[in-house]
Amino acid sequence: MARAVSVRRRTIATAAAWLIGFLIFFPILWTIITSFKTELEAFSTPPKFLFFEWTTENYGIVQERSNYLRFVSNSLILSIGSTLVALLFAIPAAWAMAFAPAKRTKDLLMWMLSTKMMPPVGALIPVYLIFRDMGLLDSRGGLIAVLFLMNLPIIVWMLYTYFKEIPGEILEAARMDGASLWKELVYVLAPMAVPGIASTLLLNVILAWNEAFWTLNLTTSAAAPLTAFIASYSSPEGLFWAKLSAASTMAIAPILVLGWFAQKQLVRGLTFGAVK
Amino acid sequence: MASVSLRSVHKKFGPITVLQSIDLDIEDGEFVVLVGPSGCGKSTLLRSIAGLETINGGEIHIGERQVNHVAPKDRDIAMVFQSYALYPHMDVRRNMGFSLNLRKSPTRMVVERVSAASTKLGLNSLLDRLPKQLSGGQRQRVAMGRAIVRNPQVFLFDEPLSNLDAKLRATMRTEIKALHQSLKTTAIYVTHDQVEAMTMANRIVVMSDGVIQQVGAPLELYDRPANIFVAGFIGSPTMNFFDAVIDGKQAGLADGSLLALPASAAVTEGQKVVIGIRPEHLHFTDTGIPGTVVVVEPLGMSTQVTLDAARERVTLLALERPVLAPGDRKHLTARPQDIHVFDRASGLRVN
Ligand SMILES: Nc1ncnc2c1ncn2[C@@H]1O[C@H](COP(=O)(O)OP(=O)(O)OP(=O)(O)O)[C@@H](O)[C@H]1O
Ligand SMILES: [Mg+2]
Repeated sequence: MARAVSVRRRTIATAAAWLIGFLIFFPILWTIITSFKTELEAFSTPPKFLFFEWTTENYGIVQERSNYLRFVSNSLILSIGSTLVALLFAIPAAWAMAFAPAKRTKDLLMWMLSTKMMPPVGALIPVYLIFRDMGLLDSRGGLIAVLFLMNLPIIVWMLYTYFKEIPGEILEAARMDGASLWKELVYVLAPMAVPGIASTLLLNVILAWNEAFWTLNLTTSAAAPLTAFIASYSSPEGLFWAKLSAASTMAIAPILVLGWFAQKQLVRGLTFGAVK
Repeated sequence: MASVSLRSVHKKFGPITVLQSIDLDIEDGEFVVLVGPSGCGKSTLLRSIAGLETINGGEIHIGERQVNHVAPKDRDIAMVFQSYALYPHMDVRRNMGFSLNLRKSPTRMVVERVSAASTKLGLNSLLDRLPKQLSGGQRQRVAMGRAIVRNPQVFLFDEPLSNLDAKLRATMRTEIKALHQSLKTTAIYVTHDQVEAMTMANRIVVMSDGVIQQVGAPLELYDRPANIFVAGFIGSPTMNFFDAVIDGKQAGLADGSLLALPASAAVTEGQKVVIGIRPEHLHFTDTGIPGTVVVVEPLGMSTQVTLDAARERVTLLALERPVLAPGDRKHLTARPQDIHVFDRASGLRVN
């Protein structure tokens, strides 16, 4: 039975939810607003909220100064590429952990997760040296490899929790029907896990898109994604808030749109398969 | 179609032995039913034959082939699961045709086989539905259909009817039996249900604690159970048991009354035995074991009477509708040829 909630409490809860939502969204909103100000107004105190002269000149300047499309295409290639490669490894790995667990499977999963708790700086020097010696610095291939490895534990974990929900007997039925391991994965497991795989894919594209540490440290120009695009407006020529904001807005716009349309899948993904 | 033989099959889960030395020969075309209490290893045995579990010892042969190391997909066995395990993302047609499509059978053949099977099972109007759009009974039929389109060497059934209501179960039972009679494919069928076992089987295998207790035709098991376990397991209501001591040609029961034994009983004076009498073989007489009526349950065709006699709770099935009330004192007897005698120490039949 649903708990009876009084109108008053519901109103308060709704207002609180909107307030929190607004607080979280405010920085992004502020960035977007600032991007339409002139540099002078961007600095003004007290800050102007809505009543200033709206201008799109920042976008024009940013567009002129740097090749936005190259950064976007790098971001797309890196985030989607690393996620797809990761799925290729993670689906079989999660299959094995969910449907053919060994004694140490649980330990292995914990260990994989624990690697995410290590600060990435700890691995920066060795990775940087490896990249330098192998000529991978500022290459898309190298960065895809790093992003793929970085997100692999999370992807395996998410898929594992989704696969756990699938009754093993259905896979056994496929085996009895004559399916090889590969066909069992492709024709039975994958179609049944489509929602789970889709939300894993989405969430990890976003994680990889927003990843700044490795992308900033391992690229200079050729393979630089949008994070580098934003960074290029932050330091060298002093602070140009409006242009930085315009660049940021341009960098987050694609993923914001994607996230908006994929909300339902994302909520599923973030709750790690806990809700159906 | 093929025979199946098991040679001292062992199976352990970690330290726990689930199957110990199972020997069984199933002939080509036979319908064998595995029964036994929950947890005795029936599903494990079935899954071992299917190849879904790896056995720790022994050999499994299907036809001429030793299949210990053959993958499930290459054993040419179809299995119907208790949960049906239909592919939720495929409609009925694709569920049934999946195995043939995997084998790259020509489309015409797939269509023919699927439509033949769906006609046989009355699924023609459901071919385009997804499993979630079907009732339990319909899902069960699809699971059967998926098995028969393949025309496999052996069918395995793991309690396929246990999720259906009583009426549907009876219908499907008859249908499966009819299906087996027309296909004549070797079948191994696991069930909890006595009636299913008795009505469907060519032979019944009774298991307990990972050991086969007895193998035989249904009536053979009913009439001559090899030990106390089988005697108590087969038959409903269950057989009545009395502890007794051999006294000449008779058995002395706990309350001192005597019961004439069958001539075939190989017993010695003073031996401790257990006497088994089926409810329908107990009769009211003027002399015999004294008893007190506890409950009278008219079932229509027969009347089931529960009594206290010889310090046991006893069930009697009477066809003649006796007029009785709780508390009535009656005397019970059974014909010597209807009496089962078991050694109390070993539990084995001695007549
Ligand atoms: N994967 C497993 N790991 C450990 N023990 C298991 C496993 N599968 C089964 N067992 C154990 O093996 C024994 C036999 O199980 P099985 O499923 O074969 O019984 P069953 O006769 O089919 O019972 P039921 O009639 O309840 O289905 C049980 O004690 C069970 O706990
Ligand atoms: Mg079972």
